[in-house]
Amino acid sequence: MTEVTAPTVFADRVAAATPSTIGRSVRGLSDRVIAWLFIGPTILLLLAINIFPLIWTIYLSFTNYRANRPNAEVKFVGLDWYQRILGDADVWAAMQTTAHFVIWTISIEMVLGFGLAWLIDKKFRGHALWTTVILIPMMLSPAVVGNFWTFLYQPQSGLFNYAISFVTGIEPSSFQMLGSVRLSPWAIIIVDVWMWTPYVMLICLAGLRSIPDYIYEAAEVDRASPWRQVWSITLPMALPFIMLAVLFRGIENFKMFDMVNLLTGGGPGSITEVASITLKRQAFESWRTGYSSAFAIILFVTVFGLANIYVKALNRVKQR
Amino acid sequence: MRPLLAAAAAITTAFVASAPISAAHAQGKQLTLCWAAWDPANALVELSKDFTKETGIDMKFEFVPWTNYADRFLNELNSHGKLCDLIIGDSQWIGGSAENGHYVKLNDFFAKEGILMDDFMPATVVGYSQWPKNTPNYWALPAMGDAVGWTYRKDWFGRPEIQAAFKQKYNRDLAVPKTYDELKDIAAFFQGRNIDGKTVYGASIYTERGSEGITMGVSNVLYDYGFEYQNPKKPYDMKGFVNSPEAVAGLEFYKSLYKCCTPPGASNSYMSEGLDAFKSGQVALQMNFFAFFPGLYKDPNVGGDKIGFFVNPAAKYQFTQLGGQGISVVAYSDRKNDALRYIKWFAKGDVQKKWWTLGGYSCAKSVLNDPSFPTSAPFAAEFLKSMDMVKDFWAEPSYAQLLQAEQKRVHDYVVADQGTAKEALDKLVADWTQIFKDDGK
Repeated sequence: MTEVTAPTVFADRVAAATPSTIGRSVRGLSDRVIAWLFIGPTILLLLAINIFPLIWTIYLSFTNYRANRPNAEVKFVGLDWYQRILGDADVWAAMQTTAHFVIWTISIEMVLGFGLAWLIDKKFRGHALWTTVILIPMMLSPAVVGNFWTFLYQPQSGLFNYAISFVTGIEPSSFQMLGSVRLSPWAIIIVDVWMWTPYVMLICLAGLRSIPDYIYEAAEVDRASPWRQVWSITLPMALPFIMLAVLFRGIENFKMFDMVNLLTGGGPGSITEVASITLKRQAFESWRTGYSSAFAIILFVTVFGLANIYVKALNRVKQR
Repeated sequence: MRPLLAAAAAITTAFVASAPISAAHAQGKQLTLCWAAWDPANALVELSKDFTKETGIDMKFEFVPWTNYADRFLNELNSHGKLCDLIIGDSQWIGGSAENGHYVKLNDFFAKEGILMDDFMPATVVGYSQWPKNTPNYWALPAMGDAVGWTYRKDWFGRPEIQAAFKQKYNRDLAVPKTYDELKDIAAFFQGRNIDGKTVYGASIYTERGSEGITMGVSNVLYDYGFEYQNPKKPYDMKGFVNSPEAVAGLEFYKSLYKCCTPPGASNSYMSEGLDAFKSGQVALQMNFFAFFPGLYKDPNVGGDKIGFFVNPAAKYQFTQLGGQGISVVAYSDRKNDALRYIKWFAKGDVQKKWWTLGGYSCAKSVLNDPSFPTSAPFAAEFLKSMDMVKDFWAEPSYAQLLQAEQKRVHDYVVADQGTAKEALDKLVADWTQIFKDDGK
């Protein structure tokens, strides 16, 4: 009884303590006004930390402003930066590098993540323990992962090189994962796959577990082979989940910064310089604020546009 | 009551004893000095105790690792922050800091206090204090002289079997290299050699991409081969100077040195990686700034009799990359007068002498021209020679953009094997031309 009466008593006390004038005015408020009272602060906060910076960035992208020259006269440069960025071979190279990373990491993570989810879904003995073990990399901070793998990749003392050497017989110090033009992109892809495949696995697992058992039972009655069941039931029914994982990882990897910055810093040369690293260099090393604002807007529009197209496709798949 | 009384007396005594310091704090008698976190900074902490003794002004220090030094303090200056009253800023910052009003101009103060720039080595005055260069406009007092030099494993060089093997291969004695060709021979000779059961490598050179490393490294060779930043007769005219055939040859040489003679994985190596490689007995030669040499000489494993020092070798010419910094008063400080007092104190001859003995590199002629200076430390003579042949990177307000452009172009060629040396320098000319064009120059 106490549990039921206590809130009532408390509410009564609040009502009694509320001055009648306030009580009258609150009673007079419409639902819409009360809703605004609740939502208002959140909207203000969003405007302050999301919308205003975005508008300010758009404004800066049309100016020659530089953060390291706050006293200099700010001039309107129109679409100059946009024109220069879109005609800059180095920017296109960075976009191409980004696209390679996104495509490779997503492809590998989807195959491995779905495969792992499919195995875990079989509920073999100890599957819960294995699920937890597989999820560990995802729980680590990217800074820790970056430093950890930097040590692993050391050509003279890193365990990674020794493991490869053990398997292939190649001398450990004869190849550099982070310093080699050929291998450094793969060094980053390996780390991203190691860290984020569990995330894809989780989403795929949710998809697999959402498929009712009776569908498989019906398929078995119809003597459908296991392969046929995967092709005709599992994949189509889990597809919205797989597509969701692609969307999340795609957006994340398009913006990939921390891992690349920690592992290679964009090097050697500019081989692993993804768009976010270029943006950081322009904004905080070269101090080209106007230019980097324009670049940030271009990246934003690219991600936003691609994500929108993708979400439409996702909705169509869900409606099937 | 007795313990209580004793405690009260102790507290009172402590309070009275600390009164001058507290009073100093109460009056804001504390200065914050910002610099990079490295060996000389520790020497400055030691040195500054004398300033506190003399003036009652406490010194607080903000030291930031080199990797974040520029980001951290340029952000501080750009945001008109009051964290630093005094700053020992990199030589390249002078142009931007002067034009953006971050530093207090020191001409009137120097004139009033009788501080003469003629009392400091000319290269350090131009490098650390003047903007525009070679004009009598001073924004800093030369504080920490520095340049790129080299260390070598004297103990390895002295081994008879190694000497014999070298002589057999190159038909000359294994000795400190005078030219870059000799240096490359020595580095190649040691590359992959087994010494005391351990594989060692030739040379540690600068290859870092992120901040300024590879530019600081490659410049040492480019200058010697004939690279010029601009046409001496026409400022900002770079075509044929930055990408001259001599500069192209210099860049090709640096790449060949990187490819033949550096330890595996040295594709992003700067000051601390060089120190690690040398201290761990991995390399025979190391390119690094003189600022680290006192610490290396004290190192129990590779210091003392085991280490030797030499100046940047020659090619067609002989120059070396200037490092080092000047000390400036931050324009946004609320304690400018006390900060100027520190500079006045720091400029004194006896303070400069002590600065050198503690491990800082004085730029004062009274210290450097003293007949005993070359023998005052094992690296002193080389430092003196180096300061006579230094060249510096652009100190323009856009130096950061200029630097990032060179970092990219040079690293792309030397480490990442993209294109030719000529293409890299041609692109650099295009980048720099655009940057100056944007600046209206």
